[in-house]
Amino acid sequence: MTNKMILAGFGGQGILFLGKKLASAGMENDLNVTWLPSYGPEQRGGTCNCSVILSDTDISSPIIGSPDTLVAFNIQSYEKFMPRITPGGVLFADSTLIDKRPERTDISAYFIPATQIANDLGYPKLVNVVMLGYLIKKTAVFERDYMRSYLTDSLPESKAALREANGKAFDAGYGYEG
Amino acid sequence: MAKVLIKGNEAVAEAAIRSGCKYYFGYPITPQTEIAEYMAKKMPKVGGLCLQAESEVAAINMVYGASASGVRVMTSSSSPGISLKSEGVSYIVGCDLPCVILNVQRGGPGLGGIQPSQSDYYQATKALGHGDMQLFVLAPSSVQEMAQLTADAFGVADKYRMPVLILADGALGQMMEPVDFDALHFTPEPEKPWAVNGHAGKRKKNIITSLFLKPEELESNILEREKKYKTVRENEVRFENYMCDDADIVIVSFGITARISKAAVNEARKKGIKAGLLRPITLSPFPTDELYRLSGSASAFLSVELNMGQMVNDVKLAVQCRKPVHFYGRTGGSLMSSEDVLEQIIKISGGLL
Repeated sequence: MTNKMILAGFGGQGILFLGKKLASAGMENDLNVTWLPSYGPEQRGGTCNCSVILSDTDISSPIIGSPDTLVAFNIQSYEKFMPRITPGGVLFADSTLIDKRPERTDISAYFIPATQIANDLGYPKLVNVVMLGYLIKKTAVFERDYMRSYLTDSLPESKAALREANGKAFDAGYGYEG
Repeated sequence: MAKVLIKGNEAVAEAAIRSGCKYYFGYPITPQTEIAEYMAKKMPKVGGLCLQAESEVAAINMVYGASASGVRVMTSSSSPGISLKSEGVSYIVGCDLPCVILNVQRGGPGLGGIQPSQSDYYQATKALGHGDMQLFVLAPSSVQEMAQLTADAFGVADKYRMPVLILADGALGQMMEPVDFDALHFTPEPEKPWAVNGHAGKRKKNIITSLFLKPEELESNILEREKKYKTVRENEVRFENYMCDDADIVIVSFGITARISKAAVNEARKKGIKAGLLRPITLSPFPTDELYRLSGSASAFLSVELNMGQMVNDVKLAVQCRKPVHFYGRTGGSLMSSEDVLEQIIKISGGLL
């Protein structure tokens, strides 16, 4: 099993954090993992992406030509990476910010208004966690209960409000019907 | 013990601190700035010092001074910054001082780019400074190895009193992988009776210099150092031999491209092509004898690098024209895929049949 994932969007949407959570959960589950950010003159509001590979065999290169999974948080990322998804791969996209739909029929496409859901919850910074909940529901890359508690337990107990917010955002993504 | 998910750059910094390195001097440059950031955070907690110098030239001269006083010290930079350090590196070699230098390579020449590269191979192994000099050069290919080779670098530097260069690249520096720090092994710091430090007149003074105006003195100094290099060549060569012994085609590759090549070797084997990977872990000293040995059994060699063909010439020297040596590379910050390497293997194997 090897899952090559590209997560992409704007700087500030929590993309690197989301990638790190997936990679470290993979490590906890004895998978080989790599996490590689796009690096350089990055800035809040600029483009940002990271590559995460989860595998039960050695990972040769952390750089991904064709992702098995793309998680797109803005239209620029969608247009750049969607055509590169491996046939049979999976697309996740934030439909609040991406109004296009792929013409490709050889991939599974899942759309969720993650930004809208996060805003409605009152947690506009947790778009990434809403997406994580949805990703876990649709791909079962990790068990729901495991991922949810891995996410909330990584926050210190002193930040109970943050724990609660992350849990709620995760649940909202997981519970989204679409 | 528990593994941690950590960037290659941070793994180097943590391993250096655990190796007893108390002094870090550097100047920021992408893609290795996390090292200075990590050192700035952690060094004060272990009673050490992290200092951002006014330039790379200043940083390497601070390393020079700290090393002369007998402490474990390191600096790091990326390609253009390493070029700036070259004068200081030569002085450190001329004074037989130990230190650790990390180059997280990016594309060049000039300011080049900021994406991964291996185009400083010549500089690292042939001439990172003027004069009759060599460095000890280590090439990690995973984040765990970034950590272990950093620990090893301090041991080797102290043992031979010579600078050790760790030659990494932007991908290894920026990527995160699980690292088990408790699995690292360290070399304790030896006594340094040659160091120049306060002794309250209780011993003869030590002098550390690279200046020898009399030709015969300089010559004998260089000849002494050459004996040391010979010992290093005889005892410290390190490599990984992955399925080379029955291989028709031996790929030679280091660092990040060795991982890509290993995947290609596995795919080639599935297709019935006997491929193997010889991964130099020390680039200087180079695994010349092992390559010569393999030139007896292999039919062809393929050097895979992120440059226009640099290490390939060392492979040719080692193989001594006994077998054809091919080259495949990408440069400027682009990486090849394992499929690209496999294509090269298939092409060469077609020519062999």
